[in-house]
Amino acid sequence: MIRRAGFILFLLLLLIVPAFPSFYLTMGSYIGLYSIVAIGLVLLTGVTGLTSFGQAGFMGLGAYTSAVLTTQLAWSPWLTLLVALALTMIIAFILGAITLRMGGHYLPLATIAWGISLYFLFGTIPILGGSSGIADIQALKLFGIELRDERVFYYLIWGVCLVALWISTNLLDSREGRAIRALKGGVSMVEAFGASGLRLKNVVFIYSALLACIAGWLYAHMQRFVNPSPFGLNQGIEFLFMITIGGAFSLWGAITGATVITLLKTVLQGILPKLISQSGNFEIIVFGIMIVAVLQWMRGGIWALVEKIIPPKPDRSVKETSGLTMRAPPERGSTLLKVDGMTKAYGGLMAVKNMSFEVSAGEIVGLIGPNGAGKSTMFNLISGELPRTAGNIYFGSHTISGLKPPQIARLGLSRTFQHVRLIPGMTALENVMIGAYLRTHDGIFSAGLRLNRSADEQVRGEAARQLRRVGLEESMFVPAGSLSLGKQRVVEIARALCADPVLLLLDEPAAGLRYLEKKELAGLLSDLRSTGLTVLIVEHDMEFLMNLVDRVVVMEFGEKLAEGLPQEIRSNPAVLEAYLGGV
Amino acid sequence: MDLQTLLILAQDAVTNSAIYALLALSLILVFGVTRVIFVAQGEFVSYGALTLASLQLGVMPGTVWLLLILAGTAAIMETIRLFASGARQELPKSLAVLLVPPLAIAGLVKVCAPLHLPLGWQVLLTMLIVMPLGPLIYRVAFRPLADATVLVLLIAAVAVHFVLVGLGLLFFGAEGVRTPPFSDAQLMLGTLSVSGQSLWVYATSTVFIALLAWFFNKTFYGKALRAVAFNRNGARLVGISPHLAGTVSFAFASSIGCLSGVLIGPITTLYYDSGFLIGLKGFVGAIVGGMASYPIAAVGALLVGFSESFSSFWLSGYKDVIVFTMIIPVLLWRSLSSTHFEEEE
Repeated sequence: MIRRAGFILFLLLLLIVPAFPSFYLTMGSYIGLYSIVAIGLVLLTGVTGLTSFGQAGFMGLGAYTSAVLTTQLAWSPWLTLLVALALTMIIAFILGAITLRMGGHYLPLATIAWGISLYFLFGTIPILGGSSGIADIQALKLFGIELRDERVFYYLIWGVCLVALWISTNLLDSREGRAIRALKGGVSMVEAFGASGLRLKNVVFIYSALLACIAGWLYAHMQRFVNPSPFGLNQGIEFLFMITIGGAFSLWGAITGATVITLLKTVLQGILPKLISQSGNFEIIVFGIMIVAVLQWMRGGIWALVEKIIPPKPDRSVKETSGLTMRAPPERGSTLLKVDGMTKAYGGLMAVKNMSFEVSAGEIVGLIGPNGAGKSTMFNLISGELPRTAGNIYFGSHTISGLKPPQIARLGLSRTFQHVRLIPGMTALENVMIGAYLRTHDGIFSAGLRLNRSADEQVRGEAARQLRRVGLEESMFVPAGSLSLGKQRVVEIARALCADPVLLLLDEPAAGLRYLEKKELAGLLSDLRSTGLTVLIVEHDMEFLMNLVDRVVVMEFGEKLAEGLPQEIRSNPAVLEAYLGGV
Repeated sequence: MDLQTLLILAQDAVTNSAIYALLALSLILVFGVTRVIFVAQGEFVSYGALTLASLQLGVMPGTVWLLLILAGTAAIMETIRLFASGARQELPKSLAVLLVPPLAIAGLVKVCAPLHLPLGWQVLLTMLIVMPLGPLIYRVAFRPLADATVLVLLIAAVAVHFVLVGLGLLFFGAEGVRTPPFSDAQLMLGTLSVSGQSLWVYATSTVFIALLAWFFNKTFYGKALRAVAFNRNGARLVGISPHLAGTVSFAFASSIGCLSGVLIGPITTLYYDSGFLIGLKGFVGAIVGGMASYPIAAVGALLVGFSESFSSFWLSGYKDVIVFTMIIPVLLWRSLSSTHFEEEE
């Protein structure tokens, strides 16, 4: 309620700004332009955990492309917008493709370099007008009417900004968006559910660059003059400051920050030089100190404070019917997983040595062994997270050794993680929805334009169904980070189930669980078996395992020590020796 | 291009490379120990040259005020921290460590500045003023963020860069300076004349790099610092304080920056904001070394120095464009040669 009222108030404020003197109108236009860039940067920095100092460079690319083509070749500004966007996309793709595979700090470093290069290029290349810039850029024409009036342009800018806000909000609340929000914790979780972390990072970087490019294009046709100075590295840094102060974790933080920094800059540029009786950009001292203070004391920025005051969004109701198609389960008793001579060596150390075993459809198999036996390595070889040294793994009729986790996930293999990998800020429901990544196919565009609603509702329904199945119905709308460790493990299982797997791989699901929780978990797993699901569990807890599983594979020193029914294993002398050090 | 020009350009390149190499080493050290990508490193270069120039004029350099303000802020933060953690009895010692040396230095400068001391003493005084700035900046800006991600630390570093550049303008004005050379000697090597100052640069940077190598390979503290860079938690568990390591690495950063500024002050005109670009060129060298390898970073610094020097001959307007665009193929090469690894934060 308060949220809606606030939004309407914000819109009203936007509407009436042009009634004020032109100074406020100009400020309003600039805030709108910077907000467009900052929204992209929030997605990149606050949401994805990457950052760029080159957003001003992309803005310049948009502005200069249009300036040159409209003045030299008299192209229509609408055509030059397309050219600018294409150019930006190519450059952002190249920068992203080169840097995103490496550590997270290479992208900001590359964009610093790119920002500086571009700035010097603008000032040096003769056709770009050197430091004096390009004047007399065409005005925008819409339906034959020239948009020369500053007020009309103001509305145009904010129209674009609101559309960008709408698209970005939709994007975050979509299949791809949820995967993007999960990237900060590392890519292996989303990859286990079929998304490509690298692709998503690149998509976000390109998207943020495109927003900056549009802002630059608007800037060029608003000013109808461009020169290099607004596109330098310092402006790129200021964009980052905007979202840091406004709040990097929320799209509204972008608009808040753009407003605060733009107004503050104007005020400080008026006061400080007089105070010091010297001319210069002394506001950067204040900005710098502010940023360090914000990072130390209120890392969520201003918007995090606002979020504390206003009531949270009401939980959207969930239809608990899911129309998602399910996979046909394989014939019970047929061989589902076959591990054949798998070996993993780290230099001279054989973590897994010539392991072979099979899992039949519909059974629960336990993989046990003392600490350091190579169980987790074996697990990660099956899920594709680790490359093998030798051997093969067959899943149904496919050879999966050598495939990447997303490809393996596609075939119906789903997993949990030994160290819980939920996104603490997302609700349990949203976390579970990530599991269904491969079950719907809406892309970035349909998500942004909200064409994904029906499919997304189905995913919500499916996720709710899985949460009910594991007994966590009441925790559906609770942030995953506030659940107990035991419940978080169960949410992980619900997420894995949401992928509609044929084979479920569980990595120490009972670790850290209380007695009753273990009992419930065992009950849940037996229920799952009765529906035809196959489960492979890596586990320490013998008691939990022995009453649950159909068969046990025992590992020691990377090799298979024994294999058989639980009661056989219990009395196997070699196993007793390994576990108890000889009796 | 004749041989003469070639040699002059090469000499120029080597001189600049030596400075970039020093800066690259310090950037890698700071990044390794604290995970801070310290983009403000270059500001110490400007501060060094400009402080020396102020002393030459016999006036009190503005950096002294910065020293005092930072020491005061650090003292307040330390007081709050000690009160909050209930370790009030440590307060006198901590405050003495934070406040006494800066006050003593400020007093010394106050007395010595108008005396027009010989250049050597002024350089020493400059080092005394600028060197403590590094550890104090670490204490005020970065130590409270020690648990933050690389990204947050980078944003903080950029903020510090803004503050230092703005203060540079405030303290020293927009005028550029050129400090007097350490030596007016000209060494003739065949047809090539090598200036005394260039020799100073070569000698000092070689000595400094050798000193660093000795420190990191032979001394206990150096090894401890390397341990922190390799594994912060592990180092903490065996009793090496990451805060001390951070302080020491920032002391290296400010000393190396200041020294570089003093060394190239006589060769190029330095403005309050020139340091940033110089520091970033050091960065390109460090990135060539993957932010981890000292020898490869030194090679990277040579690459930067040579491409800068030779492009300034052929395409002077595009000098900086070429140096900074070079980072793209370098990153491509690193990206292709490095195995994909996951960064857990």
